[in-house]
Amino acid sequence: MEGLAHQIIAGIATGGIYAAVALALVMIYQATHHVNFAQGEMATLSTFIALSIIQAGVPYWLAFLATIIVSFVIGVVVERVLMRPVQNAPVLTHVGVFIGLLLIIGNGTGWIFGYTTKAFPSPFSSEQPLLGGLVSAHELGSTAVTLGVLVLVYLFFRHTSLGLAMRAAAYNPRSARLVGVRVGWMLALGWGLAAAIGAVAGMMVAPVVFLDPNMMLGILLYAFAGALLGGIDNPAGAVIGGFAVGVLENLAGAYVVGTELKLTVALAIIIGVLVVKPSGLFGRVVTSRV
Amino acid sequence: MPMLLEAKGLRAGYGPTHVLHGLDFLVEDGGVTALLGANGAGKTTTLRAVCGMVKTEGEILLGGENIAGWATEDIARRGLAHVPDGRGTFMELTVEENFRLGAYVRRDREVQADFERMWAWFPRLRQRWKQQAGTLSGGEQQMLAIARALLLRPRLLLLDEPSFGLAPLIVQEIFGIMRRIRAESGVGILLVEQNANLALELADRAYLLETGRIVVSGPAAEIREDEAIRRSYLGY
Amino acid sequence: MSAAEQTAAVPLRRPETTVAGWQRAALLLAGLALAILPAFLLESFQLFQLTMAVIMALAVLGLNIVTGYNGQISLGHGAFFAVGAYVTAILMSHLDWSFWATLPVSAVVCGLVGYGVGFPALRLGGLYLALTTFSLAVAVPQILKHKAIEDWTGGVQGLFLVKPDPPSWAPFDPDQWMYLVAVLVSAACFLLAWNLIRGRIGRALMAIRDHPTAAEAMGMDIATLKTRAFATSAMITGIAGSLSAVAVEFVAPDSFTFALSISLFVGMVVGGVASILGSLFGGLFVLFVPNIAETVSKAAPGVIYGIILIGFLFILPDGFAGLLRRLYARARRGAG
Repeated sequence: MEGLAHQIIAGIATGGIYAAVALALVMIYQATHHVNFAQGEMATLSTFIALSIIQAGVPYWLAFLATIIVSFVIGVVVERVLMRPVQNAPVLTHVGVFIGLLLIIGNGTGWIFGYTTKAFPSPFSSEQPLLGGLVSAHELGSTAVTLGVLVLVYLFFRHTSLGLAMRAAAYNPRSARLVGVRVGWMLALGWGLAAAIGAVAGMMVAPVVFLDPNMMLGILLYAFAGALLGGIDNPAGAVIGGFAVGVLENLAGAYVVGTELKLTVALAIIIGVLVVKPSGLFGRVVTSRV
Repeated sequence: MPMLLEAKGLRAGYGPTHVLHGLDFLVEDGGVTALLGANGAGKTTTLRAVCGMVKTEGEILLGGENIAGWATEDIARRGLAHVPDGRGTFMELTVEENFRLGAYVRRDREVQADFERMWAWFPRLRQRWKQQAGTLSGGEQQMLAIARALLLRPRLLLLDEPSFGLAPLIVQEIFGIMRRIRAESGVGILLVEQNANLALELADRAYLLETGRIVVSGPAAEIREDEAIRRSYLGY
Repeated sequence: MSAAEQTAAVPLRRPETTVAGWQRAALLLAGLALAILPAFLLESFQLFQLTMAVIMALAVLGLNIVTGYNGQISLGHGAFFAVGAYVTAILMSHLDWSFWATLPVSAVVCGLVGYGVGFPALRLGGLYLALTTFSLAVAVPQILKHKAIEDWTGGVQGLFLVKPDPPSWAPFDPDQWMYLVAVLVSAACFLLAWNLIRGRIGRALMAIRDHPTAAEAMGMDIATLKTRAFATSAMITGIAGSLSAVAVEFVAPDSFTFALSISLFVGMVVGGVASILGSLFGGLFVLFVPNIAETVSKAAPGVIYGIILIGFLFILPDGFAGLLRRLYARARRGAG
């Protein structure tokens, strides 16, 4: 019984990471109606940047903040330089650019920082066991950080005029221009925010899975699964989906298929959701017209 | 004092095809100009040209400043609001959020007062305040579109067929509100309308378009009285 | 430029056939002769590389049918390649089948798997299909390594097999024979694809890609066409997988990572989307460019791949084949 409880709690902790990446995906989707395949690689790059800053002697939380800002800028620049020129091109071109980005950032990270696996510090000390050893300080802390980010993002979209303008630009760019919204910049802002959220996810997961250039590949798949499960156009749904997938993954890994098929579980969830309920649990219909 | 809007030799089109072949027209400060004509005459394209949604040649002077070639969002920021065909409300957002977006570029402190003014003009929108725009009736959506446009505090309001697809009673209601707006707000209006009778009642200046050219222009009252024009162009 | 290339540029227009039948036959024979020639000129390793390039071209061709011509974006064609390779490897190493006997089985199995993937794909818009096939590509090595099928697949170790023996009457060594087998099988598939694309079915596939609503209004059975396109595509890529299994004489899960799927995709874009000839260039690119790039650094192939991919999308979105097409058209205008 305690084993089960531990699996669920561990699932919630990793689920928080999936939820954050899922949220980043949904944000880009909401802003641009794209799913960024390179989101994971961008987050890994951010985490390496964070490690470099920390190793330079900067205190953790300052490095954390600096990384978020740098990542935001990277996201904005990527949108301006790579996505904007092809914004009216067919989907195939967009997918191609995402793949190109994935290759460049993923391999570029390895090129610059090396392929050896590195330890990444956690800001939450894990000296004494919490809740009778059920949960580690890092699990608790990272879940709290993730939830904090999610709440901030929610508030931003609901209650600020910039957040509203971003939603307007995504729903109806033509009308958004008519009320004076600079739609092009809203897309760039969406990319920036997603990159920043991805950076937080990367920094939270790295102490658990250790840092290497391919760290985020599996996580990205789970985040996709979570985003789809919750509904790709619904930020809150994506968050719930992310947590659900985290728990599901842990339980399936512990009791059903074993750890070797973890990625296959993600694939099964993705296909399952898309076939059974393509709109996800909380989203609107996303199937193609034909 | 310069005219509120003055188009000189305005040409526009989609890709290589030209739809407008050199239009000259005016909107006076606080005045209402009606663009009339059959389907395909180029009325909608004229409005799109004025707010930078299609490529144009010629001059478009807004308060004396040439805005030809500007981006739509920059034109909006200069005080030109457009209620396009298909209304251009944000269906997925609530009435309140549509209101907030209408005032998105404004930095003054009178936004709340303007909300209240809109509630006075369109009491139905206040009842639907937290509802998604997509759930409103056609008439309410048209009202929301006009309110959203007015919240920009525009100098000039472009209206594309506000009566389109609405029941006669609703059309009467909307034109009634527009007369009030005209009297109370002092905004200039460039109106495109199929229903020539209604449009000429509201307007003080009118232009008749045929295949991208102006064939008749003059004071609205005169055009309304002219038997020949009415029969050959307006069909009533 | 071939008739099929013209249809690719201008969908829904009947290709003008100006080349007489005998001319085309002669051209085809000349091309085949040219393709066979390297078997007698190249060293064994270079010949092996060329063999792999031909096989990759065939795999890219399969991808091009469903993604290029039919607009269903697949980032997971490496999975079909893997299925084809494993079917051949299992039949040869466990049941001692001859390579030739495994080919039809591999084609049928891959066709069925493709059909199976094509069904959920019907309900997915462009991006979702890309994402689903992307996760398929990532999951494939894990599935192949799994204990439940280890007895058949050889698990992480993989399976060893040998090249088909050249027939006793033929004066070829196994490497030369392997090359010729790859060329002949690929040529047959290219011919099949060419006939498919330049005819009624090809026009229907492109109509569905470009104007789905109109295609449906015209009475096309979109679901059937799309799933069959997927099946055909998977079949061709799967046959390429079978060829690669015997050419390499070894299959293992880590040969079929998602990098393979990505390579095929990049090859398609660089060679030319919706172009038969482009698939050929794509195959050459997939094989030779990483080798050249690897001399710079271990990570370089990926980075250079990405840069080339984005560069082509920005500057030459119709790929190398499109560039040739334009140069050819200019030359003809200049001459006439």
